[in-house]
Amino acid sequence: MKLDPRIPSGPIESKWTRRKNEAALVSPANKKKSTILVVGTGLAGASAASTLGDLGYQVKVFTYHDSARRAHSIAAQGGINAAKNYQYDGDSIYRLFYETLKGGDFRAREANVYRLAEVSGAIIDQCVAQGVPFAREYGGYLANRSFGGAQVSRTFYARGQTGQQLLLGAYSALARTVGAGAVQLFTRKEMVDLVVVDGRARGIITRDLVTGEFEAHAGEAVLLCTGGYSNLYYLSTNAKNCNVSAAWRAYKRGAAFANPCYTQIHPTCIPVAGDYQSKLTLMSESLRNDGRIWVPKKAGDHREPDQIPDEDRDYYLERMYPSYGNLAPRDISSRAAKRMCDEGRGVGPGGRGVYLDFRDSLKRLGRAVIEERYGNLFEMYERITGEDPYTRPMRIYPALHYTMGGLWVDYDLMSTVPGLFVLGEANFSDHGANRLGASALMQGLADGYFVIPVTVGDYLANSRLPKVSADRPEFQEAKATAQDLVRRLMAVRGSRSVDSLHRELGLTLWEHVGMARTRESLTTAIEKIRRIREAFWNDVRVPGDAADLNQELEKAARVADYMEFAELLARDALEREESCGGHFREEHQTEDGEAKRDDERFCHVAAWEYAGPGKDPVRHVEPLSFEVVHLAQRSYK
Amino acid sequence: MNLTLHIWRQKSKGDEGRFQRYELKNISEHMSFLEMLDVLNEELIGKGEEPVHFEHDCREGICGCCGAVVNGTPHGPRPGTTLCQLHMRFFHDGDQIVIEPFRSAAFPVMKDLIVDRSAFDRIIQAGGFITVRTGNAPDASAVPVPKPQAEMAMDAAECIGCGACVAACPNGSASLFVSAKLSHLGLLPQGQPERLQRALSMIRTAEAEGFGHCTNYGECEAVCPKRISIRHIARANKDFHKASFALWSGSGGKASSVP
Repeated sequence: MKLDPRIPSGPIESKWTRRKNEAALVSPANKKKSTILVVGTGLAGASAASTLGDLGYQVKVFTYHDSARRAHSIAAQGGINAAKNYQYDGDSIYRLFYETLKGGDFRAREANVYRLAEVSGAIIDQCVAQGVPFAREYGGYLANRSFGGAQVSRTFYARGQTGQQLLLGAYSALARTVGAGAVQLFTRKEMVDLVVVDGRARGIITRDLVTGEFEAHAGEAVLLCTGGYSNLYYLSTNAKNCNVSAAWRAYKRGAAFANPCYTQIHPTCIPVAGDYQSKLTLMSESLRNDGRIWVPKKAGDHREPDQIPDEDRDYYLERMYPSYGNLAPRDISSRAAKRMCDEGRGVGPGGRGVYLDFRDSLKRLGRAVIEERYGNLFEMYERITGEDPYTRPMRIYPALHYTMGGLWVDYDLMSTVPGLFVLGEANFSDHGANRLGASALMQGLADGYFVIPVTVGDYLANSRLPKVSADRPEFQEAKATAQDLVRRLMAVRGSRSVDSLHRELGLTLWEHVGMARTRESLTTAIEKIRRIREAFWNDVRVPGDAADLNQELEKAARVADYMEFAELLARDALEREESCGGHFREEHQTEDGEAKRDDERFCHVAAWEYAGPGKDPVRHVEPLSFEVVHLAQRSYK
Repeated sequence: MNLTLHIWRQKSKGDEGRFQRYELKNISEHMSFLEMLDVLNEELIGKGEEPVHFEHDCREGICGCCGAVVNGTPHGPRPGTTLCQLHMRFFHDGDQIVIEPFRSAAFPVMKDLIVDRSAFDRIIQAGGFITVRTGNAPDASAVPVPKPQAEMAMDAAECIGCGACVAACPNGSASLFVSAKLSHLGLLPQGQPERLQRALSMIRTAEAEGFGHCTNYGECEAVCPKRISIRHIARANKDFHKASFALWSGSGGKASSVP
């Protein structure tokens, strides 16, 4: 397998312009003859489908939801970055590029990240024109807020619902093209396989979630916009239906999977309350501006928080990171919270939580100010926990939130299977080993609105793509494979529910492949994953009928993929013997417990190639070269 | 707490459907309503029965997937809350809870608590957008938007498309949903060129989809998890009437084109 990133030559500022100028174009008459299959209707999928539909391609777009307005992009709270420099505080494309690259701990491709920063401004223009109601100043101009990891104020936002408003913008554009007949929308259909003909992606197989029927769709290119895999860990901040299946099945058809071990764990989530817990809820990181994080000094101190005097409290972030204090970066804060709880000093049910206390800010600023700044978050917290954060400190704990790894793509967002493009969180390309806040929305829309229309056109213009019909044996084989999986799942008739097995897998990963990893923990994890996978295939119970709306079957098929994917993630973590961003190997840390990269051995992307059932996957390497920035250790002191 | 549930079970669109009674023991007050249903489903699967199907995804009140009528109220007893954010501490030991799907002629039941809300999508496809192709946009700051107007547009834009308004309305009207989109776009300068046509298209499509008319019951506002105001319906009606007249003046006002 060859990993050619195909980065345009020339200075970094002109690479994207050059790519656009040199890209081949498809004539209007020929666009009508090309069918593009788009899988997923989050920010990346909806923006790509509507744009390509407007350009004149035949577009078919697929979602497993009942509507194209539900994807998890909708839950993003904080905002979207763009180098507009409206605040006149010294922002520029270069600064956004540099901070994103550094935030990713120098494990992303320079050229991709620069392009992301370069198109960021146009995203805001596009969204405003669509009617996205971004926050405004009194003069009517756009407002910005500050965000972690940035020295300027460049985050655009719509209250605490930026993701919702951006997705509804992309959804409305998609609805317009569907209404105009330019795009065909397929709801409640889940992609179950990729079809490769003569080495190129030429179609997909879908399962109709209402009737259970399998359908084959042929086209000239396939775009996967299917999100990340945080739900591998069972408990995460992702929506319940988010899954790795589309990416995983593409992997089995030849698409390399890059850096699966890069997972982001967000420090401020509402802790697990019981073993019935189905998901975790994020509390915006902005709370750490005015809240102080602490645990009792002594293990096993079960007094009520207001009964614990200051001298018995350990404000551990302020103690360990005096200059950053409670605003220490996500990975550092998450690991510190884990350490406190491992020492038996955690609070709340199960002892997996730390306090985020507003007592001092309330005293200093008064309730009205706190309410204005965080009212909606306090309400959400109260709604979920039943506790009043104005009188009792919040309890928080880290949770899986985002995955930087994903299918390997070149500069054109094309995977190792020609004709298969991967957009948004589903690819690995822009965030390196750690994503900065407000950058996920930016990437999803950059890929869909501005990158893919150029690169997919170039691919179509430069490839000889004879029409294929969905009757070909490749389609029949893929369909049979998908049908067989369903048959096998229904045939086990074991005693355990899908959720119980998924929970077990998730707990194992959280324990051994979570915030801190070691050679030993990863080796143990791989053994355990294999045992759980065996238990799954021996004992899972999927009730109901396969030719029917069957939510247990939907879950079972996704969890079956997790059972395999988990091992690849652990293996990737095992091979990467360094710490970088969200991947922390305890063997590789500085004296004060910070991540220690090994640029000599690991300044590269690891991309895994599927070698067949039961065989070890093959690890390929794409070296990362830095022409513009100098590699440095991230410092938070 | 121990609960008695009466849940609507319906195998498919064609099936008649019926209430089924379930006893549930030791439910924690910290569970969300959907987690309580998860526990029930876990028991049903253990017994080899088919679990209760319900739509859900983000479980943090923003995706708009979930929703059911709980003891007669869409999304249950707590105002301004989606079903996934409703917690069991609002119920008591020994409670009888009746759970049924959002019912309306335009929302056929597909299975158990899942209804088909695709009519909402078709209403948006008819006009719930601003026509702007990618790459057409001027600089984002080129047109200032007065803050109060932007805030009001945002109030309306918060609609999550769950359909509770329709389920609550004795007329099965989608007026709150439609008007929220009309206000969102109609209050912004970018939405002006298509404002009247949008009102006409969306309202007519809603009617064709089988939704009823608004007669000011106000039930929709009471159950909306995002607390969207029925004042938007007044705005929508105004735009609709204006559009009905503007239609002929816009076509030049020649006698042959007067409807």
